[in-house]
Amino acid sequence: MTVHSDNLQTDLRINSPDDFYQELIELHAGLSDDESQKLNARLILILANHIGDITVLRQAFQYARPRDAGSHTAFTNQ
Amino acid sequence: MAAKYPDLGSAAGKAKQARQTYEFIKPAAIDSGEVAHLPVIIVGGGPVGLAAAIDLAGHGIQSLILERSNTVSDGSRAICWAKRTLDICDRLGTGERMLDKGVTWDVGKVFVGADRDPVYTFDLLPDKEQKMPGFINLQQFYTEEYFVAEIEAMDRAEIRWQNEVIAIDNEPDKVTLTVKTPEGEYHVSCDYLIAADGHRSPSRALLGLGFEGRIFEDNFLIADVRMKADFPAERRFWFDPPFNPGQTSLMHKQPDDVWRLDFQLGWDIDRTEAMQPENVDKKVRAFIGPDVEFDYEWVSIYTFSCLKMKNFVHNRVIFAGDAAHLVSPFGARGANGGLQDADNLAWKIAYVLQGLAPPELLNTYDDERICAANENILNSSRSTDFMTPKTKVSRFFRDACLELSRELPFARALVNSGRLSVPCVLDQSPLNTSDTDDFSPKQRPGAACMDAPVQLDGKDSWLLEQLGWTFKGLYFAAEDEDFRGAEALAQGSLPVEVIVVRTRGSAGLVDQQGLVAKHYDARPGTFYLIRPDQHVAGRWRQFDAQQVQQALRKATAQA
Ligand SMILES: Cc1cc2nc3c(=O)[nH]c(=O)nc-3n(C[C@H](O)[C@H](O)[C@H](O)COP(=O)(O)OP(=O)(O)OC[C@H]3O[C@@H](n4cnc5c(N)ncnc54)[C@H](O)[C@@H]3O)c2cc1C
Repeated sequence: MTVHSDNLQTDLRINSPDDFYQELIELHAGLSDDESQKLNARLILILANHIGDITVLRQAFQYARPRDAGSHTAFTNQ
Repeated sequence: MAAKYPDLGSAAGKAKQARQTYEFIKPAAIDSGEVAHLPVIIVGGGPVGLAAAIDLAGHGIQSLILERSNTVSDGSRAICWAKRTLDICDRLGTGERMLDKGVTWDVGKVFVGADRDPVYTFDLLPDKEQKMPGFINLQQFYTEEYFVAEIEAMDRAEIRWQNEVIAIDNEPDKVTLTVKTPEGEYHVSCDYLIAADGHRSPSRALLGLGFEGRIFEDNFLIADVRMKADFPAERRFWFDPPFNPGQTSLMHKQPDDVWRLDFQLGWDIDRTEAMQPENVDKKVRAFIGPDVEFDYEWVSIYTFSCLKMKNFVHNRVIFAGDAAHLVSPFGARGANGGLQDADNLAWKIAYVLQGLAPPELLNTYDDERICAANENILNSSRSTDFMTPKTKVSRFFRDACLELSRELPFARALVNSGRLSVPCVLDQSPLNTSDTDDFSPKQRPGAACMDAPVQLDGKDSWLLEQLGWTFKGLYFAAEDEDFRGAEALAQGSLPVEVIVVRTRGSAGLVDQQGLVAKHYDARPGTFYLIRPDQHVAGRWRQFDAQQVQQALRKATAQA
């Protein structure tokens, strides 16, 4: 399989997925819903910057948005 | 004084002294009934209408400004004038006056919370070797007064104060107006009407045209205060400062010891209550401290919107400035954008009226300025959305950016306190001849020309002072090269004046520091064709008169 750097990687890339998942959940331990939301926001921004490539990020946006929620209007389309 | 926008705020303290007012002179047509005809009439003597008249006069076109009030801008309106505006005003003759009176600044700082160190600092003029700075601050009425003074000294432009346009007949071959004055009504007609009558544009309503977009659910208290203070001149912007918790604030210096203080208030507020002097006092005191003596110039509460017409050109009526597009002030894209409309429109109307270009040239004002308006609205909306998050989740992201910005450099770039006005590159313009040779993109076709220091016949000068008003060529010559191409362009109905750029010598234009060549990515043989509004029309690595002529036809909508 050829991996293009401008494509979102959807095969498993995390070494120990169960560890990752547990740590992600535990990261929120003891936080209120609002605090958790803020944490998520910070995390998304940090990870998004790490990815950097806007085309990859847009692919991730597509996967993340519920299929039945209709398309979102992005400023980039204006 | 007839206030222009009386519902927008209240004069306080010194501002109660009116600005200069201008005399109403009864037009002869009221009694004679004669319908005079002019090449161009401009509705509205705001910055955009005034600039258009000066520009047209410079092109030899007579125009008449009809202005409803008897004075220049009142209230707290534009203070930040961008480099491109100053370049335009320099061409029109008021740039140096603005620069002399204005407070020069290039740097903006963004603060979060009580931190004394900014999270983000931007420099709007990374390249200092230019005649004009990144920005100056100057009260809008000064900009307008300087324009009015120019016009009063001109034969080809006239302003009629207290002349209100109340009807517009947009006929196929002319536009006829009904004008109301304190001493009666009259009619007057023109080939083209520039509607520069502001965001509430009566012209728009008279033609039944729409104005669509977004209204932002937020209120901003703007207090222009007079005080002796040694705060820095840079633009300082706060998110969530202790003196206005949970909201934004801004402090910016103006001439005459006046400072603009801006307080975001939120949506669900009692506006009358917020305007009570004791409540305004509290806010101002919390901001500037207990000891500084101050006096109010003007206090107002604003809500902001981003609105736009679908098209700006409607047969013989052409909309410009706030009448055509409205932005929120964060980014200073209102008047700065509007003056670029005037800059874009004046030469096109002149060329069409003088038979140098077909009327289709005017449609390219629509192409180019709608594009620019979209860019301004996009930037302004993004800033306003960042300051006033619309949903809970957008507030979480906004706050996350602010929190992270303290520690992580990338987040600082996301903090949006206004992306300040820069000229739109007219990339999609039908007037451009696309690059066929290899060039760096900075001065690509559609870009406004950047300035650089030059020598002209041995004297210090600036590149931009040599450009504008007509089509000009810039030819970068090899040392001691005897360039002969200019003659081929000097003929015809649209002669192009070629400026030869040399690297040394004492005659002609000399790029001693090599900055012109650097900015324009030029080598010996490089040729630029430049429009009357100082935008690049086309460029080549080698001069070919036929290619330039072709580009000239394209840039005047003839091909
Ligand atoms: C708080 C605030 C801060 C701002 N800060 C900035 C800034 O820093 N930088 C910036 O670039 N912009 C700024 N702006 C925007 C700027 O003030 C406007 O974009 C600018 O005034 C638009 O100029 P204009 O000539 O298009 O319209 P206007 O200035 O509104 O002028 C329109 C004129 O038309 C006249 N008129 C209206 N109807 C008629 C009629 N029927 N007949 C005859 N005359 C008529 C009016 O009297 C008025 O003089 C700010 C605005 C606000 C509110």
